[in-house]
Amino acid sequence: MSFLEYRVKFVPTGLRKILYMNWPLVVLVTAVSAVGWLALYSIAGGRMEVWAGRQMQVFGLGAVLMFLIAFVPIWFWRNMSLLAYLGSLLLLLVVEFFGTVGMGAQRWLEVGGLRLQPSELMKVALIMLLAAYYDWLDVKKVSRPLWVALPVVLALIPTVLVLMQPNLGTALILLMIGGAMMLLAGVSWWYFAGVASLITGSVAAIMLSRGTDWQLLHDYQYRRIDTFLDPTADPLGAGYNIIQAQIALGSGGWSGKGFMQGTQSRLNFLPEKHTDFIFTTLGEEFGFVGVFSLLVLYGLILLFCYVSALQNKDRFSTLLILGIAVNFFLYLAINLAMVMGLAPVVGVPLPFLSYGGSAMLVLLVAFGLIQSAHIHRPR
Amino acid sequence: MRRSPKDTEDSARLTHRRALLMGGAMTAMFAVLGARMRYLSVDQADQFKLLAEENRISIRLIPPARGLIQDRNGKLLAGNEQNYRVIITREDAGDVDAVLARLAYVIPLSAEDLDRTAKEMKRSSPFAPITVADRLTWEDLSKVALNAPSLPGVSPEFGLSRIYPRDTDFAHVLGYVGPVSEKDLEGLDKPDALLTIPKFQIGKIGVERWLENDLRGRAGTRRIEVNSVGRVMRELERVEGDPGADIRLTIDADVQNFVQARLGDESAAAVVMDVTNGDVIAIASSPSFDPNLFVRGISHTDYNGLMEDDHRPLANKTVQGVYPPGSTFKMVTALAALKEGVISVNTTIRCPGYIEFGGRRFHCWKRAGHGQVNLERSLTESCDVYYYEIAQKVGIDKIAEMGKSLGLGMRHDLPMSAIAEGVMPDKAWKLASQKAEWRIGDTINASIGQGYVLTSPLQLAVMTARIATGRAVVPRLVRSIDGRETDVPEAPRLGIETEILNRVRAGMYAVINAERGTAKSSRIVDPAMVWAGKTGTSQVRNITAAERARGVISNDQLPWNRRDHALFVGFAPYDKPRYAVSVVVEHGGGGSTAAAPIARDAILRALSDGLPPLTAYPASQRNRIEAMLAKLPLRDATGRAPTATRA
Repeated sequence: MSFLEYRVKFVPTGLRKILYMNWPLVVLVTAVSAVGWLALYSIAGGRMEVWAGRQMQVFGLGAVLMFLIAFVPIWFWRNMSLLAYLGSLLLLLVVEFFGTVGMGAQRWLEVGGLRLQPSELMKVALIMLLAAYYDWLDVKKVSRPLWVALPVVLALIPTVLVLMQPNLGTALILLMIGGAMMLLAGVSWWYFAGVASLITGSVAAIMLSRGTDWQLLHDYQYRRIDTFLDPTADPLGAGYNIIQAQIALGSGGWSGKGFMQGTQSRLNFLPEKHTDFIFTTLGEEFGFVGVFSLLVLYGLILLFCYVSALQNKDRFSTLLILGIAVNFFLYLAINLAMVMGLAPVVGVPLPFLSYGGSAMLVLLVAFGLIQSAHIHRPR
Repeated sequence: MRRSPKDTEDSARLTHRRALLMGGAMTAMFAVLGARMRYLSVDQADQFKLLAEENRISIRLIPPARGLIQDRNGKLLAGNEQNYRVIITREDAGDVDAVLARLAYVIPLSAEDLDRTAKEMKRSSPFAPITVADRLTWEDLSKVALNAPSLPGVSPEFGLSRIYPRDTDFAHVLGYVGPVSEKDLEGLDKPDALLTIPKFQIGKIGVERWLENDLRGRAGTRRIEVNSVGRVMRELERVEGDPGADIRLTIDADVQNFVQARLGDESAAAVVMDVTNGDVIAIASSPSFDPNLFVRGISHTDYNGLMEDDHRPLANKTVQGVYPPGSTFKMVTALAALKEGVISVNTTIRCPGYIEFGGRRFHCWKRAGHGQVNLERSLTESCDVYYYEIAQKVGIDKIAEMGKSLGLGMRHDLPMSAIAEGVMPDKAWKLASQKAEWRIGDTINASIGQGYVLTSPLQLAVMTARIATGRAVVPRLVRSIDGRETDVPEAPRLGIETEILNRVRAGMYAVINAERGTAKSSRIVDPAMVWAGKTGTSQVRNITAAERARGVISNDQLPWNRRDHALFVGFAPYDKPRYAVSVVVEHGGGGSTAAAPIARDAILRALSDGLPPLTAYPASQRNRIEAMLAKLPLRDATGRAPTATRA
């Protein structure tokens, strides 16, 4: 369905668009962000200026962006998809050669005091491009090898670039986003089964070959895999973060130690306590009850995204919203699994909570796109 | 491009189906995360809470103040002084080098201090305080405090350190404290946590060591919150410890000071004991050293000086030095023979100047012989042959038995280091230690306190006290701990007939007061303080046949370390004994000339309130004594030494 088919007269215009926004989503996103400000305020020992204030400023900027994007018709954004993808790709290349090295990887571009992480931008651009692609593609051709290969290549190019930074977490998320978009678009299960068996097979081959004559990796690479999979084996090195994080979470108990009372985060036992491991502070200070409430908030955000996506009769909008929801879910699932010791440590922030400008901005831009799709849905 | 409505509906349905499938997967993941959270913060909460506390809380010890040591009248012998030091914290200082340079303007800092500070700073965390200078004067500390604005990160600090105000007088008695060493911790099952504090000071020798448990006190604790790098964030709880118990010794600091000064530079030892209760009034070993040097960390030159001195200042000669008692042992032989009844108090023996036994001649010190000698005369003139004869009659085992009952050859349990047992030989002892049969010649040598017999000055004082009282007086050094008096059980009787004891004491009286007594020149003329005693001169070398052929060599012609030891034991007043004294002057020559005068001064000092009264001395000696007393380097009433401290 192209924009020409929209019954445009039913689409709200001007400032009336505000009334047609998905307000529950706006409220939920603001609520989660507010939790983040509380946490950052507490971690800084009751000081606003360290993290919380700046995070609020970034949120304000992002919210303005969100509204601006929401007011622009969704078909405009669809037409911008390829441009957004190419632009992000360019930025990734730039960061590859001129980027700032942080945490041992090239991730940032310094633009006028703002740190830009092109890989974050790439996620949304990829979702947009694939949604536009499948909107454009004849449904009957979706599972044909050539038309399957194209999106795979589109997903692999940024994945390889991000992997070179190196940023394993984001690369995996990009791959999974690509896979999810293809799955949602209706690509045959056989392709997924094929890829899944290929991965399983090679992993099995690599692990089984260990210690034999035809060993596929070097010994040190195996050892790295070991610590990656079981960080507790190295409690002062690789495992330190994860052990301290679990202590923080567990010591919170049922109702937590109380706001500003977390000892683990306040006394600096938790590394990265304001970024990737911010959830541990919440767990320590607000306990199971607080964490469970946060999970409910996240669940509601996803639920409203789903409802909006499934109500929408525009294929681009549906795929876009679902893709963004998947991206959002991947963030939080990987982050929480890592923090709780269910997954190895990869650098993935917790959406709307972790301190950091570009992740927050990109998320709000993405939610602007959801709002745009919601406002401008065919009626 | 147009698509049929059928197509769009089909694709939408497919997308919805797959989206719902994915939603199901997401819900499942949420369930897993929720369950994991529940496991961590509900099921395992207690364990993690404990771990978080362990992370957070650290317990630090507060060292207690060490107990004081006082003399019998409460005069301070070992105390704690405020120790001023300056510490620096790197992170507060900023430019450390500049701050240290400025600090060096304010107070004297040696290159060594600066070097050590720089080294320590490299090793420790930026917030850890490091001692720059220790043992500063109050003035220097005030200067630092005054210049605080220009010395960021530098702060003055107070601590306690041990001080011995009467330094050399009590070096051997008190010992000294020093930092805990590996050796100190050896053999301790569960060492006191205090000992793990870096540089914590414990008693190394002497009273400081042997009463360590009383003096140390109990540590207080500080529960503090620390962060991940160990920085102290705040104090949560503070429990003050108990300071160590104060200890009061039996020693009289002034008498001790007098005796120590009187021994002078001789290599000598003197013990004054209260015979009524065993209280050690003075126990001095000379030369002495300044224990404060050890507390502050003694320099190599000072230490080597002490080690290389042939007068052995570090040795406590009163308890760890053992000497052949010489003629001071004759009372033991006499009492053994009298008690066993092999002689009576009136038995006389002819002294021809020597006896011959097994082809060997055993000489009396008086070559010409004493003629007919009875008990009293044998003591008065110290006739050796008398004892050669009676010793053979009574046998060594009985002599040893008597010696042991008088406190020889046994370890008297005082809180002092390296207390020697001495040797009170008998047949079994020789068989066990020398793998040889006892010979009569050994008995003859032992009868006059030569040969195998070895005694410490403390043992000799105990022996004298026991002869003076007839009771098994036990020496005691500690009068009270923490205000609780240590009780003195009444000493049991020795089981020697009073008549026998009286006759031996009369002999000792005559040694000093009879016309021919060997210590006649050391008599006391004050009737209230008249005393009794016995001289002793013990050989430290074997006289070779060649020397014997050349005749007796005078001590003065020998090198110092081969001269005879001079000994004297005595008690006073004679009719109602109060104090016993023993003096050993190493290589001092004759007991009557080197040891007896010191013993007399010491016992007179113990009997009187201040300096020995001149009226107690024979009129002819008073001028000389007065001059001698005036020259003694005694402390003033506050315990301060008259001149610069002698090391």
